[in-house]
Amino acid sequence: MPETGGRELTFAQAIREALAEEMRRDKTVCILGEDVAEAGTPFKVLSGLLEEFGKDRVLDTPISEAGFTGLAVGAAMTGMRPVVDIMFGDFITLTMDQMVNQAAKVHYMSGGMWKVPMVMRTTLGATRRSAAQHSQSLHAWFCHVPGLKVVMPSTPFDAKGLLKSAIRDENPVVFFEDKMMYKLKGSVPAEDYTVPLGVADVKRAGEDISLVATSSMVQVALGAATMLEEIGISAEVVDPRTLWPLDEKTLIESAKKTSRVIVLDEGYERYGVTAELASVIATGAFYDLDAPVKRMGAMHVPIPFSPPLEDVTVPTEQTVFEAARALCGR
Amino acid sequence: MTTAAQPREVLEKIDLWLRMYRQMVSIRQFEAQVNDLYTRALMPGLAHLYIGEEAVAVGVCEALQRTDYITSTHRGHGHCLAKGASPDRMFAELLGKEAGYCKGKGGSMHIADPATGNLGANAIVCGSAGIATGAAFSAQRLGTGQVSVCFFGEGALGQGLLYEVMNLAQLFKLPVIYVCENNLYTEYTHYSETTAGDILARATAFDLESVTVDGQNVRAMYEFAQLLVDRARRGGGPAFLLCNTYRYHGHHVGDINREYYRSKQEEQTWKTERDPIVNFGKWLIEQKLADQAALDGMQSEIESQMKKAVEFAIAAPYPSPDKVEQDVYA
Repeated sequence: MPETGGRELTFAQAIREALAEEMRRDKTVCILGEDVAEAGTPFKVLSGLLEEFGKDRVLDTPISEAGFTGLAVGAAMTGMRPVVDIMFGDFITLTMDQMVNQAAKVHYMSGGMWKVPMVMRTTLGATRRSAAQHSQSLHAWFCHVPGLKVVMPSTPFDAKGLLKSAIRDENPVVFFEDKMMYKLKGSVPAEDYTVPLGVADVKRAGEDISLVATSSMVQVALGAATMLEEIGISAEVVDPRTLWPLDEKTLIESAKKTSRVIVLDEGYERYGVTAELASVIATGAFYDLDAPVKRMGAMHVPIPFSPPLEDVTVPTEQTVFEAARALCGR
Repeated sequence: MTTAAQPREVLEKIDLWLRMYRQMVSIRQFEAQVNDLYTRALMPGLAHLYIGEEAVAVGVCEALQRTDYITSTHRGHGHCLAKGASPDRMFAELLGKEAGYCKGKGGSMHIADPATGNLGANAIVCGSAGIATGAAFSAQRLGTGQVSVCFFGEGALGQGLLYEVMNLAQLFKLPVIYVCENNLYTEYTHYSETTAGDILARATAFDLESVTVDGQNVRAMYEFAQLLVDRARRGGGPAFLLCNTYRYHGHHVGDINREYYRSKQEEQTWKTERDPIVNFGKWLIEQKLADQAALDGMQSEIESQMKKAVEFAIAAPYPSPDKVEQDVYA
């Protein structure tokens, strides 16, 4: 890991820095999306990029997610490296044909002749009081499709390094940002560095239980680990960082070491990412497990508006703490 | 063959006219072989024949340069050939052979050929409209001077994506031509039952340069395409070319009994009165640019070429099953 020299950035600033660095490095990188230029997105993630790179490279589009995503697929095939911004992860539904039937399949269907080096940046995460159509975490949908890569950063450091890798990748990459994490601060080197896709990271070492967590759930797992430490349970927090490609080895090794695993992901638990990760771990570490792998994800309900309702739909530090304690027989 | 009495512009284009005639005959002969392969059960899957619509692909592609881009449809063999693909590798692809354009991974509905600017045929109706628009975006951003053509049937008029990308193309002034092949039938339904209002008005609403042309007249096709392509290349922006044409065969090769959606009389009228090859052949003879013997000779020469191409494809080996996971990612 490069030296950070104590330099801290927010998650949003890290994203912006990655984009700015890649746009300086490669003239074919451009940004397309709704309110990405003067507005810098509603989350202000892209503020300042228009001023540096101009309207030719930071392009406001109509509210046409399928249209500008499709345009990006064709642009990527023919020499550009577009980064499309899908404001809320809920809106990926509007891009599905372009991502699933076009972007993901062009390389294979053409026998490897055409490539689609594009990035879709979008968001996930509930508890922002935004109700059922602005709060979902639908990343599992893209994980299901061969030809796509799915990236889930959980820290400013990872966000910058992973986004730079995503932009340089020759394939369509979907990059999910937890919108509740944009103000999270962390160490980020000013220098050019990348985090490779497909390499998990142990965010905290532990001995008694593994908390395998993605994106928003990494911070939840770290909080729960601190609570567990107070009652004498040493929790390891493992972040896959990318769901495809998936670093199965690191997940399985952690499970073998601790013998107990909770998999945490903010997507719907049913038929979701937690099921796949639990299966990988249960298969790979079967003889070393002392308990079934436990899964914790979003409840199988549309995300409700009312705060007391919304808050119970996703795992929290408290619910993870309790589940881990129970799994450890305490 | 020629005389001094002929207008100079006709004489200057002799090579072009004869090449266009040859291309149309090639497409028809190719498709006749496809029909034969299918009915002899030598071809897996489906095929959608372009017979009857040859003048559209040939007229448009003759107005393009080799490096210009096209996207095609499920009824795409004609577009691929007109843009310069080789029949032998196309037949190999149709039969799922390793020697095919896509190593057998694409098949009839996904032929792509970077060498001739063919971004790929697409089996999602309107699926390639974003890709074609994006290729025009790249051409503009990279300053290559290329033009992009999106071929689609009138069935695609029902898809929202088309209107999203026409809007984007006009906003960005992209060098893209949307070529609508109205062959009257959206699969098994007359287009009037699926298409409200005026087709051209849908494009003029976005202020696209919009033209209706007789899709059975290859000279008209070429001339209008040339105008719109030159305009786009000069930076004049996107255009819409509505081509009135007719599909002689069924929606696909297995669509034999068609009387529930169109009469035999109607088919016969188009074939006898408006056939693009027959009528263009008559014109060539009238203009003394060719005689019947020369056209007949060309016909039999192409027929034997196509038979050889089919033999090549039949003899070519299938891909080895261990190739199945190749080309998923670049």
